Formats: sequence, C-alpha cells, structure tokens
Amino acid sequence: MKRALILFSLLLVFALILGACGGGNTNNEPAAANNASSSSADTSSAADTSTDEAMPEAKTETVVIGFTTSQTGSQNVSSVRQVNGLMQWMNAVNDAGGIELSDGTKVTFEAVTYDDESNTDRVQELYTRLATEDEADFLISPYSSGLTAASAVIAEQYGKVMITTGAASDDTYKQGLTTVFQAYTPASRYLTGAVDLLESLDPSVKKLAFVYENSKFSTDVVEAAKSYAESKGYEIVLFEGYDPETTDFGPFINKIQDSGPDAILGGGHFQDGSTFARQLNEKNIDVKFFTLLVAPPEPDFADLGDAAVGVIGPSQWEPLAAFTPESAQEAGLEWFGITSDEFVSAYEANYEGEEPSYHSAGGYVAGLILQKAILDADSIDPDKVKAALEAMDLLTFYGHIKFDTTAEAHGLQIGHSMVYIQWQDGDAGLAKQVVWPIEGATADTLYPMP
Amino acid sequence: MDFLLASVIDGLLLGFVYGIAAMGLTLIWGVMNVINLAHGPIIALGMFSLYFIFSLLGLNPYLALILVAVLGLLLGILIYFVAVHRVIDAPHLSTLLATFSVNMIIIGLGTAAFTASPRNVEFSLGSFTVGSITLLGTRLVAAVLALAVTGGLYLFLYRTRPGRYIRAVANNRDAAELMGVPSAQILALSFGLGTMLAAISGGLIATFFPFTILAGGVYELKSFVIGVLGGLGNPVGALFGGLILGVLEGIIPTFMPTTWVPVLEFGLFVLILLVRPQGLFGARK
Repeated sequence: MKRALILFSLLLVFALILGACGGGNTNNEPAAANNASSSSADTSSAADTSTDEAMPEAKTETVVIGFTTSQTGSQNVSSVRQVNGLMQWMNAVNDAGGIELSDGTKVTFEAVTYDDESNTDRVQELYTRLATEDEADFLISPYSSGLTAASAVIAEQYGKVMITTGAASDDTYKQGLTTVFQAYTPASRYLTGAVDLLESLDPSVKKLAFVYENSKFSTDVVEAAKSYAESKGYEIVLFEGYDPETTDFGPFINKIQDSGPDAILGGGHFQDGSTFARQLNEKNIDVKFFTLLVAPPEPDFADLGDAAVGVIGPSQWEPLAAFTPESAQEAGLEWFGITSDEFVSAYEANYEGEEPSYHSAGGYVAGLILQKAILDADSIDPDKVKAALEAMDLLTFYGHIKFDTTAEAHGLQIGHSMVYIQWQDGDAGLAKQVVWPIEGATADTLYPMP
Repeated sequence: MDFLLASVIDGLLLGFVYGIAAMGLTLIWGVMNVINLAHGPIIALGMFSLYFIFSLLGLNPYLALILVAVLGLLLGILIYFVAVHRVIDAPHLSTLLATFSVNMIIIGLGTAAFTASPRNVEFSLGSFTVGSITLLGTRLVAAVLALAVTGGLYLFLYRTRPGRYIRAVANNRDAAELMGVPSAQILALSFGLGTMLAAISGGLIATFFPFTILAGGVYELKSFVIGVLGGLGNPVGALFGGLILGVLEGIIPTFMPTTWVPVLEFGLFVLILLVRPQGLFGARK
C-alpha cells in the first residue's frame, strides 16, 4: 500500500514536471515569434489603412524572414547588435508601408527568430525549423562564421535564399552552395586593401613584414594578403606567427629591426595587437606603415596614446565612412538606401543611445540587400530574388555590394572592401579617420607614420 | 651580431623579473613542501594592484610597488590561514587542491570584477639607445629592483631572527618546533613572503606588458621551469634560473620561429627533471 502510494506520488511529480516543461515551451516559443512579429502586425495594419485611402485594390504580401539570435552564449553581444540592426531595417520598411512592387503589391516583413545559444547544434535544429515549420521565405544568417557555416548548409538543403552577415570566413562559399549570399568582406580580403593603400601612397616601398597571430582567422587573412602582395611585386622579408597569448613582442621586434621592412602588416585580435603596437612604439622602430587586424577599430585602442598614432586597421564599416550618393556616382555605381548619418541617428534613437558597431550595420545591410533584390526582381519569388542578387552591383552606406556568381565561390562577397581606419592626432585629440577606400575617406593617410 | 646582442639583453632584463616570480614559488615549496597553484593569479593581482594604485591614486609605480608588496604579504598570510594551514600536514594532493581552489576563486572574482579586457599601466621611463640597441627604462629599473629584492630576501633569511626561523622550519619543522619556533606563524610568514614576491613580480611586469586577470598563468608556468632549473627551494638558484630562461627566450627566436620557445623551455624542464632533478644549482636543504 505504502509502495503504491510512493509510486503514485512519484508519477504525479513526474507528470507535473512534464506539464511545467511543456507549458514553458508552448508559452515561450510563440512568445518569441509573436514578440518579433507584433511590430510588423501593427505596421501592416497601419499600412492597410494607408493603402485603403490611396489604392483600395492594392494587396499586401507578408514575407517571413527567419533567423536566430545568440541571446545567450559567447556570441551574445555582437549577435544582439546585428539583430538590432536587422530589426531597425525591418521596422523602417514596415513603418513606411512596405516595399511597393510594380503591380501595386505592398510587401511587408515579419521576423521569426529563436535563441540559438551561440551553439552550432541549435542553429542546425532551428534553421531546419525556420525553413519547414515556420515556412520562412528568406533567411538571414546567425552571427559568426562558425554558426553561419552550419546554417548555410540548411538554407541550401531547403532551397532558401539566405543573406549572411557577421561571418567573414571564405570556406562556406566554396562548398558549392547556390542560395547563400555574403554581406561581409571575406577573410581573404581583410588586408588586401591595406596593400592597395600602401601602393597608392608610396610606389617605392618594396619590403613587407607579416607578423600575425596563430589563429585560423588571422592566418587565412595574412596568407591571402601575402600572396596578393607578392603578386604585386612586394618582397616579404619576414613572415612569422605568434601565439595568441603573447605579451612580449621583443623577439619579433628584434627580427623586424634585423630584416628592415618598410611596412608591417598582421596582428590578430585586440590584446595582442595593442601590445604589439605599444612595444613597437617603445622601441622606436622606424617603419612607415603599420596595419593590424581587429584591434585598431576598437575605441579602446586610443588608450595606447602616442603608440596608436598612425596605426591602420581594417573594419567592415565605420560610422565615419562617407559612402554617399555622390561617391556612388563618382564610382559609377547605383546608390541604394539611407546614409551613414541617418543609420547612426536612427539606431541611437531606437536603442537608447547605443553607438552602432559594424555588427549593427551588417544586420541592417543584410535586410537592405534583400529589399533591393525584391525590388529588382519585382517579385518575392525566391528564384527571381536569387537572380536579382546575382546581378546586384550597388553602393550602400555600408559600402559596395556585389556577389561572386562563379560555381567555385558562389555568393562570396566580391564588391565590399574593408574600410581602413587610421588613428590620427588632430585638433580634437586622438581620433579615428577613414583613409581607404578613397571614396569613403575622411582624411588623408598619415604617411609615413610618426 | 647586433640582433643577437639586442635579443640577449632583452632576455636578460626580463630574466630578473622571471627570477623574482620563481623565487616566490620556490620559497613556499622549500619551506613547506606546498606547490602554490594560486601563484599565477597572485601575480595577476600584483599587476592589478599596481594598476589601480597608479591610475586611481596617481602614485609613482615604484612607490606603488611598496604597497603592492605589503598587500601581497598580507594576502599570502590570509590565504595560508584560510586555505593551507588546515591541510599542511595532509598529503600533497590536498594542498595542491586547496591552492588550486584559491586559484579558481581569485580568477572567478577577478573576472567578475575586472572583466577579461586587458589593462595597461600608462607609464614610461623612455628608452636609451646605445649603438643599435634600444633599452627601455622600465625594464632596466625592473631588473635593478629585482636584484634589490633578491638581496633583501637574502639578508632577511640570513641576518634576521624570523629569517633564521624560516630556514629552521624549512630544514626540520619538528626540530624547530621543539626549539620553540612558532611554526604556524613562520609558515604563514613564508607563504606571505612567497606571495609578496609573486605580487612584486606582477607589479614589475605590469609596468611593461599589458595584462588581464588570466595573465599570471604564463609566469606561473615559467616559474615552475625556473624553479626546477635553479633547484626547488633555492631562492638564489631561482634568480639564476630566471636569467637562464630569459636569455634562452631571447636567443631561441634569433635562429628559429618564436613559437618554438615554449617547446624548448618545457623540453628543458623535462630534461632537468630526468638528468638533474635537484636542479642546476642544487636545493639548499
């Protein structure tokens, strides 16, 4: 009897737990989806009323955009910024009544999103769900190369057009995918712009040193930059990697002094890059041009003071970058979308004064690319949108957008190039200036560096 | 040739500071047979203390170093009584685990309080150029201070009563206790001195390298190599071990990729353990 009672109470507890879990799930997920779509529901009704007045026969199509957000986990900060950028685009389009096609159809957008926990397995599971159960029309990638690689395979499998952002790795586009399009400059071109900049500054310079962090990203970047530089006739006098936790760059600096390069390229991430810059400055090494990955665009780089002056670094986008309709005209490109100033002020207004990073801009531009493709295709049919993406060649506040259409690297970003910033000591103190590409430059390059 | 000379001098100057860090580890080992796995985080705390005293109070870093030393001493005594004292006579694994948990606690609290972003002590003494060799002021001063600390430690151990007590306890704790040496206090003092040396080395390193709360780990590993090189339990041997390691770190990159440095360092570590386990300079036991 006692046993039966215990068994029964155990079963009861088990049933309660199950109920609680199940209840949590059903409450949770639609809430996430509702949350994201509620604004579009509001705006689509707003759009309805406005179209009622103007064009009673116009119909409205709602396009479902699926993506995951790393609301938790290691990619949280950058991912949330990326999604903030994307939602800013979506709300702006919906608030304006949607995109109008030539037959008068208004296209509005609805977001369906889940937390991927910065976890590859969750990404695969959730993108499958987005493509099947949620019937997303188009997909946007999660943040980071690793998560994006996992989601791209799913997009291809279900034939969904996906715009990737926040992901620089080249590999994803070299696996024969046909429906995935990259908004970021790939890792292989992170530093090639620096070589172009150097060439334009001083054709007499011939000797380069590459000193870089031993990580996949940095190695990919410098190897590509090295072969690019060699193809331009530069001599590589030093090519050496260092461990990510290096704090003493003395041995490298002695080697640099010994091999006598005119320019140094390399770096890896923030800590090693800033240390390298600081110690190079302390040792009074005479070098004309110094470019580092990742560290210089960070505002904290200014803490280095004098050691930061003249250091150049690549960034996917900078608020300062002056890509404008005029610069588009000069470059012979079509201009599309808002300006950087409009993006920054709208973003700051939407997100309590938070300054947008290039991740935010990347999220916004992913939506903008899709919007332009739908306009060009004059349809929301995936095949037509895909064809429009393949033909795309335009300038936005984020820079030039054009995709590789060859079978070897379909969807790889080939138009966008990094913006190169340089720390310069101006009237207002130490500040970042955009120095390359020329059409986005806000100042002349300080060359040779002091 | 200039290249080699510059590399050797760089290595030598760093070696003095490595020496002090290793001295702290080896002192604790020598006196109480405890491997202090919290050595790295204490080095990092030394860095942070100097950073905050310098940037918040605006004190000269070398004056701040005195405060850092006192804090290091007090922290060590605290750690000894909280974590080490009750397991001092237990098998090695217990003290290892006890200091490892202190290590985890410091890293956990440090990460929460200071985040993992790197800090810099914005201080420079300029540089001197001799021929083609550029010497940094901060590294020269660090080397001189390291020598002074070593001298001070030597005087303390050999010329003062507490110093003699420490040596007595290191030699034979039971006998020392029978002679009326208050062993608990002396052990706490030794642990405190060990952490003080770690904190001082951290403070000195902070004047030329950036750091995070995790930055001490590298120097802890180097301290193990140096300790074994110079003979565990031999503070003066530790200084020489530090110099040897520093010079190796300077010379190795001149003829092979720098990534080989740790491979050779730890290769040497294993070799010394196999061939001459008492260290190059023998343990003073």
